[in-house]
Amino acid sequence: MSNSILVVGGGFSGLTAAIEAAELGYDVYIVEKTPFLGGRVAQLNKYFPKLCPPSCGLEIQFQRIRKNPRIKFFTQAEVVGLTGQKGDYTVKVRISPRYTAPQNVDFGLLASTLEGEVCSEFEFGLGKRKALYRSMPFAFPGRYVLDPAALSKTDAVRLAGNQFINLNEQPRTIELGVGAIVVATGWKPYDVTNLTNLGAGSVKNCITNMQMERLASPCGPTGGHIVRPADGRAPKRVAFVQCAGSRDQNHLNFCSYICCMASLKQSLYVAEQYPDAEITIFYIDLRTPGRYMNVLEKVKASPNVRFIKGKVADVQDDPATGNPVLTVEDAVRGEKLTLAYDLVVLATGMQPTLSGETLPLPVSVDEDGFICGGEEAGIFAAGCARMPLDVMRSAQSGTAAALKAVQTVKGR
Amino acid sequence: MATKIGVYFDQQNIGGGLDVQALADGVSKKWGDFAPVVKVYPVLANAEADIQADIEAQGLDGVLVCGCSPRYDWNLYQFPGIQVERVNLREQCVLAYKNPDGSAAPAGAAPELLVAMAQDYVNMGVVKLQKSTLPEGAAVEGVKRVLVLGGGWTGLHAALEVAKTGYEVVIVEKSATMGGHVQNIPTATPLSAPWTEPQESGLEAKIAQVKSNKLITIYTSSTIARLEGQPGEFTATIATAKGEEQVQVGAVVLSTGWTPLAGKYLEPMGYGKLPGVVTAGEFGKMLREGKMDAKRVAFVLDTTLAEEAAKAQAAAAAEAAAEEKPEAAAPAEGEAETPAFVKQDLESIKHLGYSNSVSGVAALRLANAVCDKFDGAQVFILYKDMVVQGLLERYYKHAQNRLGIMMTKADVTDIARSGDALKVSCANTLLGMDFDVEVDMVVLPTGIVPTTAKDAVVQFAYRQGPDFPDLDLFDGFTDSNYICFPYETRRTGVYAAGCVRQPMTMDACAEDAAGAALKAIQCIEAATRGVAVHPRSGDLSYPIFNFVRCTQCKRCTEECPFGALDDDEKGTPKPNPARCRRCGTCFGACPERVISFANYNIDQIGSMIREVVVPKDFQTEGPRILILACENDAYPALDMAAMRRKSWSPYARVIPVRCLGSVNAIWVSDAMSKGFDGVMLLGCKYGDDYQCHFVKGSEICNRRKENIAETLNRLGVQPERVEQLEVAIDEYDKVPDMIDGFVARIVDMGPNPFKGM
Repeated sequence: MSNSILVVGGGFSGLTAAIEAAELGYDVYIVEKTPFLGGRVAQLNKYFPKLCPPSCGLEIQFQRIRKNPRIKFFTQAEVVGLTGQKGDYTVKVRISPRYTAPQNVDFGLLASTLEGEVCSEFEFGLGKRKALYRSMPFAFPGRYVLDPAALSKTDAVRLAGNQFINLNEQPRTIELGVGAIVVATGWKPYDVTNLTNLGAGSVKNCITNMQMERLASPCGPTGGHIVRPADGRAPKRVAFVQCAGSRDQNHLNFCSYICCMASLKQSLYVAEQYPDAEITIFYIDLRTPGRYMNVLEKVKASPNVRFIKGKVADVQDDPATGNPVLTVEDAVRGEKLTLAYDLVVLATGMQPTLSGETLPLPVSVDEDGFICGGEEAGIFAAGCARMPLDVMRSAQSGTAAALKAVQTVKGR
Repeated sequence: MATKIGVYFDQQNIGGGLDVQALADGVSKKWGDFAPVVKVYPVLANAEADIQADIEAQGLDGVLVCGCSPRYDWNLYQFPGIQVERVNLREQCVLAYKNPDGSAAPAGAAPELLVAMAQDYVNMGVVKLQKSTLPEGAAVEGVKRVLVLGGGWTGLHAALEVAKTGYEVVIVEKSATMGGHVQNIPTATPLSAPWTEPQESGLEAKIAQVKSNKLITIYTSSTIARLEGQPGEFTATIATAKGEEQVQVGAVVLSTGWTPLAGKYLEPMGYGKLPGVVTAGEFGKMLREGKMDAKRVAFVLDTTLAEEAAKAQAAAAAEAAAEEKPEAAAPAEGEAETPAFVKQDLESIKHLGYSNSVSGVAALRLANAVCDKFDGAQVFILYKDMVVQGLLERYYKHAQNRLGIMMTKADVTDIARSGDALKVSCANTLLGMDFDVEVDMVVLPTGIVPTTAKDAVVQFAYRQGPDFPDLDLFDGFTDSNYICFPYETRRTGVYAAGCVRQPMTMDACAEDAAGAALKAIQCIEAATRGVAVHPRSGDLSYPIFNFVRCTQCKRCTEECPFGALDDDEKGTPKPNPARCRRCGTCFGACPERVISFANYNIDQIGSMIREVVVPKDFQTEGPRILILACENDAYPALDMAAMRRKSWSPYARVIPVRCLGSVNAIWVSDAMSKGFDGVMLLGCKYGDDYQCHFVKGSEICNRRKENIAETLNRLGVQPERVEQLEVAIDEYDKVPDMIDGFVARIVDMGPNPFKGM
């Protein structure tokens, strides 16, 4: 029997669940697949509606983790096995090597002089990273991680003698005893290559909304300058294509909850950098729940932003200009429009991480990959693993899941 | 107070050509017996056992680690019962260093200015420990009972969740029955997978569960007359039909829900004028009671008619008010009485729009119910935007396929009588033409007006008044302004859930109830352990008052962002540590400096300021600038700037503070009399979209700065020597320029006239 709680996933829902349960007095383990905590929100430039930086809330979460000995976390870690039953589980966790010293070492200078570079998954392909890296300046834990596959031969030789690097570090597997599990495995951006009519990711200067977050971010590949990825030019005409994959039976059979608000927010990013830029938002419905209506009103008040109700049918590259060209039917006027833009942003939806992946846990997922059930086994889904949500609702969901987990282990 | 400390240098994390051994020798020489252990390690991370051995052998009660930022390696330097302080030599000294002319430090030995900076920071660290004591918490005997205000859908869920966790519950419900608005709906929306079909709400079963739970006590037809005390030991006075009763509770879940928007706002859409025009709430009740016999029904979700009319009315009212030009009310003479609390009614037409996500789902639910009732029913849903988010999209899709339901985007331009029927005129539809629909009934959305927009529901018996302070920012909803922390109100121990917080669908209410239940229980446990709740969770320190010197000026009681301080008739503050979030705004306010925390106090920061060596010659040795930086945002931003190799003026010295709200004017005076040439207050953005983790800290600091400026002016010091700058945590690439800009302005101004005096 164990009164510890396992949280799978160190994104915002998982962090919230873990911290809230720990502050209630329970021991918690966080198992995070990537080298850093923070999940998707760490990739965002700003939150709606306040346009405040996500790292602000993350910093508080990290402070709470630092101060609380009840929280232990493992990064580059995955659950690989589970035995036992509710109240008394043994979880097998596989931890990949980080290859760097357990204490904080500033590899900044060394990293910048390495030759080898690979496409950064954190930057959604818009930037490169070195073999020795931290994905973001507020990375937590702050330790660098080494990706040996990205080392050039010279790099490898240079690092071989470094006292703070151990290229021979081996993966290890540990066992944790827990009584309840919170699954907060979150989401991934819908794979744009599936959207053949929207260019399948091959149209120049047609990016996804998550790529836009990286472009606008001060720690992103352009230092926060929103420019066309193909030629670095400042865009004058920007279009947002809503429901790129969402609300579509052939792709995501649900609404991704955040994309309308995200595009409104991103239209404000563009307007801030380019006050004269012309912005068009193509939508089916503008889903701005509750007081988020005020953000819609604010954007609508701008003379440079146009809203067209209509689903974009096609995106093509104009090779002469590098401009993406949209074909869309204005649903109200019944007109077919063909319009060229400097930059097109696809509001790609959120797909649960567990779509197409399985966890060695007794939870079932629906046809889209969202977790349903598991409660009877003491396993509780939180955040976007359960349904598409925004950050605030994810925090609610994480808090609620923490309580369910506590109820399961209490008194054991 | 630490009496004997060990000072440890982590050579691996220092660099910059600094002679670390010389720094260490300097510490021994200056601090002597106070620092009997001063050691330099090539890699301090490996020396944990050595430090522990020193602690035992030398009887150390403090450890000072000089190396990287305290934001890293927190886990390596923890010794039970020992105060540990960190000196950030790596980021905010070595990496931040550049020569005064902006050039990088040359390779080789560290330049003098860098050495001086390192020495200052180390000495500040030593004195910080010297003036710090391990805090002992102010624990209360936490009552393991949660007050749930409101027995509707959210309140029932909250009560059951709390009870399931083993805590007692007291539910106070205003009306005679439990269940709130859910009593009046025919079916619930989908509450779980597959999210396509309406579900039974199961309300009766929930109520029965609550009633039979031994841990739950129910007061119906009752309200809260007063809530006094603090988390862990609140006294709630309940006004029942039989008189007042008092119960002890540890925390509160506020789930008092909402009332429907007043009918007057819907009059422009025919409500109250045309028979057959009802709200969704009324329509649901009619259905449930079997009184609904219309086969042709239009659900009009486009409420532009009502909104435009309200806008026009507001404009007319504003014009009339401007014309009237009321005589300026003369300020009352004499002693200013604290005015009696008057609740501002925050209900407005805005609540209609805010309810969109609930209204959309409600229309689907009711439309389905009409079709269930009558074969051949004709139901129209006329919307501007169908706000049915997330997995509920599947429910929407399901309804689209239902025979009898016709949905279209439409601008509803008129609702009028047409013979025995009602005619709804639609423009800009998806059908390629404008058209009218003839129906028997028109259903308008029900505007969700949170109870807290209309009443001070909790009735706090607090010095700062009976209501939540931020409601006008949220149009009456008891919401959090933190996107990351949805349960934070400015009244510690009271957590809002459900539609009193935001309009939300039933599944979301249930989840929200569980979240708020956790926060309430957590708060009780925190109070019992004597530690702070969010954001300084686990902090044992709390403000201690030296009442002998208190002049009853009431500043601390007025300025506390969380209303933690009450007072007696004379105005002597009465602390409530369990309400306190430990920001230090109270001690920032106190002109007599009678408030302190064991490990954070006026004397401590003042002593650190005085520990900096300020050269006498401004021209040759440059100015000195003090930066008081918010530890939550500005300080990490500085760390990140340095890590990104953005350096700033070597004349600046950074001292982190819990919040700018804790900055006491005396620190500025200390700095000026020490000879500092400028003081920069680096804190969070304030205003409606504030980023201050203590809500008001940076704003209050800015207000106080004006008083500081006046004082400086009187002393003949230019007030421009003190500047407050707002910085967000992600402005790491901008903050070095902000510092350099300030330093440049000070250089132009010349030396502080008090320098060298």
